[in-house]
Amino acid sequence: MKMWNLLLTCMRGLVRNPMRAALTVLGIVIGIAAVVAIMEIGEGSKQQIKDKFSNLGADVVNIFGASVSTSGVNSGMGGRASLYPEDAVAIMDECKDTVVCASPYVRASGQVIVGNTNWSPNSIKGGNEYYLDIEGWEVERGHSFGKKQVDEAARVCLIGRTIADKLYSGQDPIGQEIRIKDVAFTVIGVLAAKGADGMGNDQDDCLILPWTSIRMRLMGASGTATVNKGGAANSTSKVSSTDTFSTSAVSFYPGSDLAPYTNAPHPLRTRTVDSILVKIRSSESATPAMDEMTPVLRRQHKLEPGVLDDFEMRDRSQFIKMVTGTSETMSKLLIAVAMISLVVGGVGIMNIMMVSVTERTREIGLRMAVGARPRDIMQQFLLEAVLLCLTGGLIGIAVGRVASELVSKHNGWPVATSPMAMVLAVSVAAVIGIIFGWYPAYKASRLDPIDALHHE
Amino acid sequence: MIELRNITKVYHLGEIDLPVLKGITLSIKEGEFVSLTGASGSGKSTLMNILGCLDHPSGGEYLLDGKDVAGLNADERARLRNARIGFVFQNFNLLPRTTALENVMVPAYYHHPVKSTKEIRERALELIRLVGLEDRKHHTPAQLSGGQQQRVAIARSLINSPGILLADEPTGNLDSTTSVEVMHMFRELNRKQGITVIIVTHDPKTAAFTDRAINMSDGLIMEGVSDDLSATLRK
Repeated sequence: MKMWNLLLTCMRGLVRNPMRAALTVLGIVIGIAAVVAIMEIGEGSKQQIKDKFSNLGADVVNIFGASVSTSGVNSGMGGRASLYPEDAVAIMDECKDTVVCASPYVRASGQVIVGNTNWSPNSIKGGNEYYLDIEGWEVERGHSFGKKQVDEAARVCLIGRTIADKLYSGQDPIGQEIRIKDVAFTVIGVLAAKGADGMGNDQDDCLILPWTSIRMRLMGASGTATVNKGGAANSTSKVSSTDTFSTSAVSFYPGSDLAPYTNAPHPLRTRTVDSILVKIRSSESATPAMDEMTPVLRRQHKLEPGVLDDFEMRDRSQFIKMVTGTSETMSKLLIAVAMISLVVGGVGIMNIMMVSVTERTREIGLRMAVGARPRDIMQQFLLEAVLLCLTGGLIGIAVGRVASELVSKHNGWPVATSPMAMVLAVSVAAVIGIIFGWYPAYKASRLDPIDALHHE
Repeated sequence: MIELRNITKVYHLGEIDLPVLKGITLSIKEGEFVSLTGASGSGKSTLMNILGCLDHPSGGEYLLDGKDVAGLNADERARLRNARIGFVFQNFNLLPRTTALENVMVPAYYHHPVKSTKEIRERALELIRLVGLEDRKHHTPAQLSGGQQQRVAIARSLINSPGILLADEPTGNLDSTTSVEVMHMFRELNRKQGITVIIVTHDPKTAAFTDRAINMSDGLIMEGVSDDLSATLRK
């Protein structure tokens, strides 16, 4: 039988009893509508959470120095000062497949002063010209610093929203002087507000400087400078204080004259950085990115095969996953419930198809008498069930869409149309049609034409 | 055209074997107009089912157009029925809520090789015209009288141009006037188109329209007896 004729035959079969077909389909409509609505709402909240957390940097991999033990005391993560700014350059040059950009990262803390007001910011962070991009900062006013300022350890800084409010109350901070730990810097930009992070800390209470400026101008200049987790690092790492930072355009370190150091102990300046932040192409590619970066860093650090890595990598996607996981679990649970209603709808289809087969026994007998093979009968009834379910599926998608739109309007929940949900709904409907239509169709095809013809 | 050789049919009802056909040998030539008569329980329905390839015999040979069809499987029998045999039933067996034209088209959908829908429709219209229902082609069975329904059924049986028409009590649900009309139609088809027509009936008046009556009794053929009967009735 030609597909088109078969389709027409089935549709006629269904249209012959429109009320019953409509009621049968209702179960599937409700089930599919529930699945679509829940998936759309779930997708919406997932995206909302993702948006909220994307400024935490889901696509960022942190590289720390490995832990180190001194006299049995383990420093913990980042204890070994093993990361050099050149590592960031190497990663950017050699891991182009997975890495977008990389920045050294250093942290300091201390007091900032403007005029007669002072403030102790949450953090003073330093990175290179890519740092803002990696951490997802936007510059609200003014501009960021570039490679030149990083190389020169320029005395420029970007300030967070909170700092701008606290220290400049109303005035335009751009171009103003700010003293960070008694070193005068110029404010070149104000960062757009990010709000609190996942733990409730104010992210806008910070200053961002070229990392070189922190290293060269703030640290070591005053003994009170503290490096994030760097207490151990400073004491345990072998610091060669006479090294000059190679990429630096100006020399911050005295030449070979060691006299001042021997005469008066000079605070140490480390060449290492606290960590390296790497922006990867997508939050899903954290593992391949780490796999690509590891050999580069091992080579950079001249590690012999067999020697343990002197660094550790951690991606933040785990954290994002944990947060989105909760809502995902919830919507999965709801989808499971909706699926149950689909199964119930499927049983309804099966029930009606059984009734239909019994009721149309004579029709089946006649079709067989005039030349329908068992498989033709099977096809017809199976297709009828699938058509019913598909119709239900399509109506269900429409109802589900309307329902989720209403919910989002009424409750203000975010909704994202999910093409996945629609494809899934239609295929689930078709599969239900096949599963629950199979047995009645099989029964129909096994009828004996003689008995069927004389069925009353 | 039709050759039955010692056809038997035994039904198994639990432990008991119930022989219904006890060795039928029969030959029907192409273009014959035959009736198959007999009291109920004589086995004529069973024989008709076997003749119509709806059922297979328990034993014996059935040659249709020279080919043995006794051993065909369900699919092959379906193909054979579709192409060679047209069925007309006592209770018409039209699809409800389906127009006369659509009803006529049904067997053609199962034809192998596949025919185009246009071709099927044209042929169906031709047949609807032949049975004189052109003005009622879009009526559903519920809107047609018994005689009209049976004429639709006859048109349906002809859609694949079969060589044999098998009618099971075609007049059983009709009044005497319509019965005569329907029987005349069968005779027309037999005379003008050369179709072999086999009418199964218990009604001597219906059987009288045919050229040859095959009388069955207790699973065996008693040919000749009813020839006399038909001869007397024809006068």
